[in-house]
Amino acid sequence: MEFLSIKELHHTYFTRSSATTALSDITLDVKEGEFISFLGPSGCGKTTLLSIIAGLIEPTSGNVLLENKPVKTSQNDIGYMLQQDYLFPWKTIEENIQLGHKINGNLTKETKRTTVSLLEQMGLNDVESFYPKQLSGGMRQRVALVRTLATEPKLLMLDEPFSALDFQTKLKLEDLVSNTLKNFNKTAILVTHDIGEAIAMSDRIVLFSPSPGRVHKTFLVPEDLKALPPFKARNHQSYTELFQTIWKELESLDKE
Amino acid sequence: MTKNEIKSLHEQYLSGLKREKRFVRFFQGLIFILFFVAWESASRLHWIDPLIFSSPSKVWDLFIKKSLDGSLVANLGITVTETILGFLAGTLLGTLLAAILWWSPILSKILDPFLVILNAMPKVALGPILIVALGANMTSIVAMGTLVSVIITTIVVFTAFKEVDPNYVKVLQIFGATRFQSFKEAILPASFPTIISTLKVNVGLSWVGVIVGEFLTSSRGLGYMIIYGFQVFDFTLVFLSLLVIAVFATLMYQLVELLEKKLIKD
Repeated sequence: MEFLSIKELHHTYFTRSSATTALSDITLDVKEGEFISFLGPSGCGKTTLLSIIAGLIEPTSGNVLLENKPVKTSQNDIGYMLQQDYLFPWKTIEENIQLGHKINGNLTKETKRTTVSLLEQMGLNDVESFYPKQLSGGMRQRVALVRTLATEPKLLMLDEPFSALDFQTKLKLEDLVSNTLKNFNKTAILVTHDIGEAIAMSDRIVLFSPSPGRVHKTFLVPEDLKALPPFKARNHQSYTELFQTIWKELESLDKE
Repeated sequence: MTKNEIKSLHEQYLSGLKREKRFVRFFQGLIFILFFVAWESASRLHWIDPLIFSSPSKVWDLFIKKSLDGSLVANLGITVTETILGFLAGTLLGTLLAAILWWSPILSKILDPFLVILNAMPKVALGPILIVALGANMTSIVAMGTLVSVIITTIVVFTAFKEVDPNYVKVLQIFGATRFQSFKEAILPASFPTIISTLKVNVGLSWVGVIVGEFLTSSRGLGYMIIYGFQVFDFTLVFLSLLVIAVFATLMYQLVELLEKKLIKD
């Protein structure tokens, strides 16, 4: 039994003047504890696919099963981190990270303690009473990660979570996120258009081709790279090789 | 640059700010005083007809007289009460209507043209109908104060609800939030700044509604004092009422600004 299985997924958006097929014939399996990246140029339906996996959009046809159950019924088993932090500016950090528990009506002293300790594990001490705008971009994205992890989702989806950050912060957060997910043994899907990020962080890379979005090719990241944290992986010999291979594949997509 | 130099530059900057503030305050005061001095002298020297334009000293004398016999406070109390009631009802009802429209997108599509018509219509023209329907009493005046602000509040607040970044709702939906929870946690708090700024507009509108309402029906209140002064050609009474309205409308506006500072934390 696969942890997450996507079968023959099609999705078409309808507007008055057109019908745009965003995803066509996507079939994909993800194993438990695996870190997988969706890579591809913009307009290849990556975000649509994430929304379907999260159960936010009903696909035109096909289905997505998480542990053999349709995803619509398994909310809270899935966490979703957006491109920007989307912390609620009128809530304190503490209220922000407990949002999931509040929505589900299980806000207790226990959950408060665990979320705050999670915050400390991310290197954020004594910020609970602050408002989001008092923190830097990198800190805010870490708070958003805590908010996502707080409800203990089985599957974590990251939609270009580092794209709004400066390069240095991005490299540091890559290490932190990769480390945290390994420790908690979470299954994760990362959407990115940064080849380097995909190689450094994941076990498997799925390359999408655009209009309509379909799976073009899948790359397995070599074992020696998988074992390294993202920052070290970027300096490894086989990182450069894989980068070149994927780069050429992306170039060939452009020509089509 | 040494620390001391920076410190003295900072002090210079601060005293510059103070000087500017004094300058602004001075000219604000000057305009205020000049206005009344010009009014008084123009009236005494008969540049303007004192019978029509009165004069600050006459208004002041009348103010003392009306204050002592208690009639000013009584009339003021009535009008302020009506205005506050109309203002609160207009804002709350408008926000509630906006929430209902947000709740049901299909209802908002159906009602859209009717809102446009109601908004374009001059609400004070409904005055006579209100009086016939609700009686020539305080209820119809408060209804007028409500009516002038409720539709514009609905439209502005509903637009604010629609413009809230959908990603906030997305965050909540992933946690399994219901539509009510999305409204309470994201849509409403994100729209507080807009709601507050409609409050500021509504302060003015409610005064308009209530004063016109009193013109039409009342035998009490500041609007009545204006219309009575007009009928008996006592323009000192009219100006007194106008000045009192100006003071109290400003006070209400300041209260809303105070509320704004309390409510908007981020």
